[in-house]
Amino acid sequence: MKIDKNTINKIARLSRIKLDDKESEDYINDLNSILDWVEQLNEVNTEDVEPLSNISSSILPKREDVSKDTNSSEEILENAPDKLEGFFAVPKVVE
Amino acid sequence: MNNLIKGEKHDWEMVIGLEIHAQVKSNSKLFSSSSTKFGSSPNSQVSLVDAAMPGMLPVINKYCVEQAVKTGVGLNAKINNYSVFDRKNYFYADLPQGYQISQYKYPIVGEGKVTIDFKDGTSKDIRIVRLHLEQDAGKSLHDQNPSKTYVDLNRSGVALMEIVSEPDIRTPDEAGMYISKIRSILMYLDTCDGNMQEGSLRADVNISVRKPGDEYGTRCEIKNLNSIKFIKQAINYEAKRQIEILESGGSIEQNTMLFNTSTGKTRPMRNKEEAHDYRYFPDPDLLPLEISEEEIGKIKSSIPKLPDELKNKFIEIYKLSNYDASVLTAEKQTSDYFNETINSDSELKNHAKIVVNWITSELFSLLNKNNQDLNNSPVSPENLGQLIKLISKNEISGKIAKDVLEDMFSSGKTARQIVDEKGLQQVTDQGEIAKVIDEVIAENPKMVEQYLAGKDKLLGFFVGQAMKLTKGKANPKMLNDILKQKLNKKN
Repeated sequence: MKIDKNTINKIARLSRIKLDDKESEDYINDLNSILDWVEQLNEVNTEDVEPLSNISSSILPKREDVSKDTNSSEEILENAPDKLEGFFAVPKVVE
Repeated sequence: MNNLIKGEKHDWEMVIGLEIHAQVKSNSKLFSSSSTKFGSSPNSQVSLVDAAMPGMLPVINKYCVEQAVKTGVGLNAKINNYSVFDRKNYFYADLPQGYQISQYKYPIVGEGKVTIDFKDGTSKDIRIVRLHLEQDAGKSLHDQNPSKTYVDLNRSGVALMEIVSEPDIRTPDEAGMYISKIRSILMYLDTCDGNMQEGSLRADVNISVRKPGDEYGTRCEIKNLNSIKFIKQAINYEAKRQIEILESGGSIEQNTMLFNTSTGKTRPMRNKEEAHDYRYFPDPDLLPLEISEEEIGKIKSSIPKLPDELKNKFIEIYKLSNYDASVLTAEKQTSDYFNETINSDSELKNHAKIVVNWITSELFSLLNKNNQDLNNSPVSPENLGQLIKLISKNEISGKIAKDVLEDMFSSGKTARQIVDEKGLQQVTDQGEIAKVIDEVIAENPKMVEQYLAGKDKLLGFFVGQAMKLTKGKANPKMLNDILKQKLNKKN
């Protein structure tokens, strides 16, 4: 797999990151060398091997269904650049 | 049954699949301990996990997992011992994490099916592809300010079950019946409160049209419909739109649509340049979810009787028709009410059909008129049972019973009290009825003449007059019989 200009633009757009031409070029090179390095793994035969999603053998910890009163609005909104009557106010998202 | 839509050149068939989002009825969210209570003040139920503060880690709610398994069993579906949580990545103002935790490749529940029953007694299976657990997003208010969107994260992180059907649905009515059936199953299981107005149950509809027998056409998805009425309207509009395009030589563009509930029209969502690329990958914060057969067995054994099972039981024990039984069992509160009514007196068991009619027509219409619900009905099952017993024993006529029920509804008194206080007992004394009839005949000699001359319809007039004199209390059958006897004697 090779990363080209189109791919890097698409990834940047999906990540909401603005790249200039120089940066795009740098990322193309960086990502390609990372991919090349990782591609060495293709030499291993992985047929019939499920992808490993976790290296730990522990099981998913679960909690009981108990709700804790957070009454959080003040704390949660503390970092909001703009708010109104307990709501976050963001630039209009029109659908 | 003809499911086709007439077109210019040929008939068209709709192909419909539903994705239902059902909120798990739990106290706390899927991955945090914030409350799930509806209608609280904005952003008051948001933990640092829900707000996606850096470093916060999700911990799964055991109860929500059990509810998903329970629902899977109710949908006759395969429960997967191993499932994985993935991140579905997209940017939106009401999604603080920048991704939704969902299940993609390995859902908790696999293939299942539900059956829908038609009025004519036939039924049809709708296949379920999967059910998976995922987080809800926050709520955006777009119409409060011309330049701002307001965001409330109370709903952010609440557990949803997404139930995906195969495209087995062919008409708007079937879509309505399918979602009603799912809602009914969820409510019997008590895994979702089924409240569509509050958004606890909503659906995305996938729809395409085709010439019968052809391959599936290109589909469009209508997002976020929260009532059965809107689902049907949206399907009808969208099918018509697609047919018009195809018949004028165009082709359907795969699109995500929104339904405008005030105009009844669908339109494409504007930001379609964001051709969906969710870049799913396993959430590194969560280990795979493993459920043992033993745990599944335990959940299975806790499952109550489901609507189909209950329906068959009612048909068998009370000899009800398939339709009556499915009306009774569609909602748990209705079948509970029926059960309590019929068990309130041993004699009522022989009058099951009357009990059904009084619940589903008389009581329901009173509740509707007064905007009330069976759950808070002013008439208790015992009191309704008493009223029906009075009818079945001929103590009051069905007509008077309707007035008594209205009185019970507004005053809270029992049927017995009202009948005694108002002296509404049916007149079943032959002599008394005969006396009244004699009076009516004596007062209307002309009418009697006409009746005897062949105007049979006038019988109703005499019945009406006699009923008036007895204030509606005469036993209708006896009245009819004696009246006919007396009139014919005149001949």
